[in-house]
Amino acid sequence: MPSAADLAAIALTLKLAALTTLILLLLGTPLAWWLARTRSRWKGVAGALVALPIVLPPTVIGFYFLVTMGPDGPIGRLTQSLGLGLLPFTFAGLVVGSVVYSMPFVIQPLQNAFEAVGNEPLEAAATLRATPLDTFFSVVLPLARPGYLTAIVMGFAHTVGEFGVVLMIGGNIPDRTRVVSVQIYDHVEALEYTQAHWLAAGMVAFSFVVLLALYVLNPTGQRRARA
Amino acid sequence: MSAGIRAALRVSHPGFSLDVDLALPGRGVTALSGPSGCGKTTCLRAVAGLQRTPGNRIEVNGQVWQDDGVFVPTHRRAIGYVFQETRLFAHLDVRRNLEYGMCRVPPSARRVSLAQAVELLGIGALMARQPHTLSGGERQRVGMARALATSPALLLMDEPLASLDAERKREVLPYLERLHGELDIPVLYVTHAPDELARLADHLVLLDAGRVVAAGAAAALMTKLDLPLAHGDTAGAVIRATVVGHEPAYHLTQVEFAGGRLHLPHRGTRIGQTVRVRIQARDVSLTLHRQSDTSVLNILPATVTELADDSPGQTMVGLDLGGTRILARITRKSVDLLQLAPGMSVHAQVKGVAIVE
Repeated sequence: MPSAADLAAIALTLKLAALTTLILLLLGTPLAWWLARTRSRWKGVAGALVALPIVLPPTVIGFYFLVTMGPDGPIGRLTQSLGLGLLPFTFAGLVVGSVVYSMPFVIQPLQNAFEAVGNEPLEAAATLRATPLDTFFSVVLPLARPGYLTAIVMGFAHTVGEFGVVLMIGGNIPDRTRVVSVQIYDHVEALEYTQAHWLAAGMVAFSFVVLLALYVLNPTGQRRARA
Repeated sequence: MSAGIRAALRVSHPGFSLDVDLALPGRGVTALSGPSGCGKTTCLRAVAGLQRTPGNRIEVNGQVWQDDGVFVPTHRRAIGYVFQETRLFAHLDVRRNLEYGMCRVPPSARRVSLAQAVELLGIGALMARQPHTLSGGERQRVGMARALATSPALLLMDEPLASLDAERKREVLPYLERLHGELDIPVLYVTHAPDELARLADHLVLLDAGRVVAAGAAAALMTKLDLPLAHGDTAGAVIRATVVGHEPAYHLTQVEFAGGRLHLPHRGTRIGQTVRVRIQARDVSLTLHRQSDTSVLNILPATVTELADDSPGQTMVGLDLGGTRILARITRKSVDLLQLAPGMSVHAQVKGVAIVE
């Protein structure tokens, strides 16, 4: 049976993933919209930066976070001068790290969805007296719904599966930064294979259910059925 | 408030330039026509504000929509736009598609009710359907009703029938004619189909390579032999005539115009009503003397006004029938055999005639 520490790790993981996904949806929507619509020459640069966390080893991301958010790093000085203290080895620091780490998994589905909506419905809405903002909420968001579903599932699941970044900037502090993946690592280190199994098998089941939901709720055929 | 549409449009892309100065009537259907790529859709998009090119000037019914330092965004222009590919919102059913524009028009500015728009386009039975379950013709009718429901001051239609097959076109055209007949909303109608021009256009602007080739009353332009419109298999005249009688036993209706009387297939019209009649050039033949032993009912005295080469072996003949112009398309051999020349009196035998509206 999972121990109290295991349950605490699960709760912390879910909290981290939910918060990260929420922040990414709020920040990612305007950014993905811009990426989908702009003809700026900075589009390529921005797209590459957004995609960077896909290819970088998590330890690299974590390392630079540690350096920049530390007492002598630029972000560290900023947070200290704002009276927020230092981010490494705190839950807030984990959230910041996760937002960057999971960013492409939210931005890219949103960007693809916005590109798939295209210009035509926007023009139609404009001829029907809808302002651009009105059009975004009444036409773009509903038509981009499959993209949002993908973004939520991918962003959430990817954050749950995070290990390297957490270890670098969060460490292993119970109830604050000890997430499931770290807890599994601890169990294995301590040769507590039964305990590790509980959590590891739980992760496998969770991941499968999440992906199943994605494929069932979001069949590609639904996206094609546009008049 | 001056009625009418003034649009001075200069647009240039690599390989394409548009330079037109349009002064269009504020009523009836004005068709913009010409070969693909001539700039007709660009004109429509500029009037709608979907294409923003600095330096253009657009004024509709006394309101300036674009000028130096002025650009009224599309959503604040009182237009209804019917797209070729309909662009119904896939996430809304037919009713909510119709309500989308209507709800955004202040109640005081609503002159067309939802019920009216639904009735005019005959889509009452489709209200709960999703757009992707509709046929092409149904979708187009919903698109038109959606545009109408915003009570537009100007209706812009971009080849609304072009993506439909012949049968669907026949289904939708009568509704377009009804709009034309029953609503007092000026329409800018982009098309290159001669059939639609004949049935709908009051006024005509012919474009080619971004320039205006001719503009004027549709009936006059359709019979001008120096325009491509008056050539080919689909050329023909549209005349206004008055219904003078019915012969139910023969399923015929008689109409009269300055050039004489015509028998044509029965249409439910009342005596005294003015109708649009289309006489296609290929359905008109010429004789030097009035034939008496012929099955052709419509034989009218005419004067040859001009002759012009049509396709190889074919000649287009311009005819004057008591002040009304029609066209006849005959073989060049016939022209030589009859020795036709401008000023000659002939008899026009009109085989196929139809009321188009």
